[in-house]
Amino acid sequence: MSNKPVQSLQPLLSLKGISKSFPGCLANDSIDLDIQQNEIHALLGQNGAGKSTLVKIMYGLLQPDKGEMTWQGNPLTVRSPAHARRLGIAMVFQHFSLFDSLTVLENIKLGLVGSDNHQSSRQLREEVLSLSERYGLPLAPDKHTYTLSVGEKQRIEILRCLLQSPQLLIMDEPTSVLTPQEVDALFVTLRNLRDDGVAILYISHKLQEIRSLCDRATILRNGVKVAVADPTKESATSLARLMIGDSADREFTDSQPSQSLTGTTLKVRNLSLWPNNNFAINLHDINFDVVPGEILGIAGVAGNGQDELMQVLSGETPVDRDVLQLNFNVCADAELSVSKSITKKIGHLKPGARRKLGLGVIPEERLGQATVPSMSLAENTLLTGFRRLPLAPGGWIKKRRLRNFTGQLLENYNVVYGDLNDAVTSLSGGNLQKLIVGREIEQQPSVLIVSQPTWGVDAGAAAQIRHKLREMAADGVAVLVISQDLDELLEVSTHIMAICAGRTSRVYPSAELDAATIGILMGGDTIESTHKVDAAPVLDGDHDASV
Amino acid sequence: MTSDAWVLTALTIITAATPLVYAAIGELVVEKSGVLNLGVEGMMLAGAVASFAVAHVTGLGYLGALAGAVAGTTLAALFALLTLGFQASQVAAGLSLTIFGTGLTALLGQPLVGIAFKGVPEFAIPVLAEVPVIGQLFFRHDLFVYGSFILVPAVAWFLYRTNAGLTLRAVGDSHDAAHALGIQVLRWRLAAILFGGCCAGIAGSYLALSYSPMWVENMTAGRGWIALALVVFATWRPGRLLLGAYLFGAISILQLHGQAVGLEIPSQFMSMLPYLATIIVLVLTSMDRGKISLHAPRCIGQPFYPAS
Repeated sequence: MSNKPVQSLQPLLSLKGISKSFPGCLANDSIDLDIQQNEIHALLGQNGAGKSTLVKIMYGLLQPDKGEMTWQGNPLTVRSPAHARRLGIAMVFQHFSLFDSLTVLENIKLGLVGSDNHQSSRQLREEVLSLSERYGLPLAPDKHTYTLSVGEKQRIEILRCLLQSPQLLIMDEPTSVLTPQEVDALFVTLRNLRDDGVAILYISHKLQEIRSLCDRATILRNGVKVAVADPTKESATSLARLMIGDSADREFTDSQPSQSLTGTTLKVRNLSLWPNNNFAINLHDINFDVVPGEILGIAGVAGNGQDELMQVLSGETPVDRDVLQLNFNVCADAELSVSKSITKKIGHLKPGARRKLGLGVIPEERLGQATVPSMSLAENTLLTGFRRLPLAPGGWIKKRRLRNFTGQLLENYNVVYGDLNDAVTSLSGGNLQKLIVGREIEQQPSVLIVSQPTWGVDAGAAAQIRHKLREMAADGVAVLVISQDLDELLEVSTHIMAICAGRTSRVYPSAELDAATIGILMGGDTIESTHKVDAAPVLDGDHDASV
Repeated sequence: MTSDAWVLTALTIITAATPLVYAAIGELVVEKSGVLNLGVEGMMLAGAVASFAVAHVTGLGYLGALAGAVAGTTLAALFALLTLGFQASQVAAGLSLTIFGTGLTALLGQPLVGIAFKGVPEFAIPVLAEVPVIGQLFFRHDLFVYGSFILVPAVAWFLYRTNAGLTLRAVGDSHDAAHALGIQVLRWRLAAILFGGCCAGIAGSYLALSYSPMWVENMTAGRGWIALALVVFATWRPGRLLLGAYLFGAISILQLHGQAVGLEIPSQFMSMLPYLATIIVLVLTSMDRGKISLHAPRCIGQPFYPAS
């Protein structure tokens, strides 16, 4: 690195013992953090590690419960984002606060309204143009925002910040929505800014980026600062280990469940998808099988194509009929173990038709996707249940049957509830998830697709749900689990693959993987040795970090 | 027709268009801020009855207009309380405002029915008024008409040339983004709603004091709805709105003149035209997501819940 940060005596911003708790979770547990002038400082951690909370505290969106901050050596309380901007702390959000029908210049101007920066439009235009040239942020000031790419929109946000001459620029997952070319351009800009004396706090979980861009890294795990590292000296593996921890102890070490002769296999063939939407991820030539008795886990950082994949699998986004196939193996003659195989192409089918064929889906969004929030427990049970269960023969709802079934379901899955006619919003997250999982399992699907099965669910309910999934697989159901929780995947899955930027890795038996290795797969890299994980995957395809 | 007759027709078009201009430009500002107020008709009626009552008692026409503006603003404040304060549905609140306004004005206006009023004085602008044709068309009017000439360019200038106008458009485009920038979304919407009510009140005053100086129950006769249609027809642009107001005004006048000269077009067909035109524009707007919808406020009709 040609431009080693000068360690000045006094950090620009210093956090000491910052704690912040929300009901039921300690998001930040006495975190220390120093940001020097002239450095790009990485804040690294998995989803839910407490990065966003910490940053919101720095930007005045949240107030800490405990702890102190100092700004250039002086005690600091950031009262509001406006206050932060006045101090010289600027932030580029992951989701932009832009106005689509206004022009670039109007958008920038709005960011300045309220500050004492009352310039004429012409002055502003000149300043924007000179800044955009200086930092390599090309923008046409009179273009309407809705015509711009995501990368261009981000440039507007950055310019907005730069106009206020910040001393600290916070970037929240800036590359999660960018193309590789846009990422390269952004890095050039950030290095220029650093060289001009702007400190940058760079929040990410992409290890390669941090290794090539950042001077120092503070690593959070479960709300605790676990390390400060020099990312240029660490390998991706060691960073991943710091970020994820070695806690991946597995309870589930059963040998491969015997693959049953009968059952249904889900086959995905040459799945490519280019959604017509700036924020969606393209899927590239995805192929895999989920066989009866198998639990295939798909690991990945959020926003790498899981949502798009899920929509294709559930039928919300129909694709060509050949892309998805269900292969039914029916036992033709048990004694001779002769089986007959029927293949049904289902890519073009809608969710309802797929359910009828035995493809159960549990989406990530509990309220609004899996259930209708304002409808009752019984009605929500009916919503998917009527496809395979005789709850509404001929379109007439059998009220008594529905009530009995729902009551039984809630009891079997230990759901704590008030009354069958209560709205589903009356259930806690964990109880609602148990209801949803139970609703799908009771329909006896032959293939079950689950996204984030235990997201935001307390430990007890999570254990129950995982147990149910394993039982399903043992009964010969093909189960696909998409999750960001690596421990969960290692616990329940028999096989694991990773998805990164819309591409999937090979499928590995999960016994051959540990969290750190999966972390590497999630970053889009391959591991050469598939059998010996400890023959460490050295990642010296090193993107050269020097400017 | 002689040239005098042409000028006369043009004059009646201007007078027919004036209430539409007021009501529609007010609603345009409201909608630009992201609020849909369907109560224009009700606010116009309130303005009409209040202005007529005050003008009748005091004998001062323009004092009546002020009362009309206050009455319109008051009803708008009620609407703001419901939609911004209690986050009620804007559509339901607007519709009930119209129904409420219609009933209330019929009740309050009962003693005023059948009373004649002399109308408001005209002010001929010296020198300019003497210019043939043009003078007659543009410089011999009452203050309402002059006001309508000035109001539209003023609103256009405000919306597209000032910081405040930019902020207002931003609030209508994405209230969440505006909130994130520290803009007080509800205050801007309140201001816009009150302005819209004030304009609708003046529009009603004009009807009761100048266009046909008297009070009749439900005398706005659907002009509030035409004004609403006009905003969509103009694709939320002040210049087109002015054009549309005169076009719709002309259609309503043609309806009368057509009957006078024995034209065989049924009047129902003519009164249908503004709405038909609006439907066509709506279809075009939804077909072309690019250019036409660019000026449409994207948050229109959505209640804003300030995040805690």
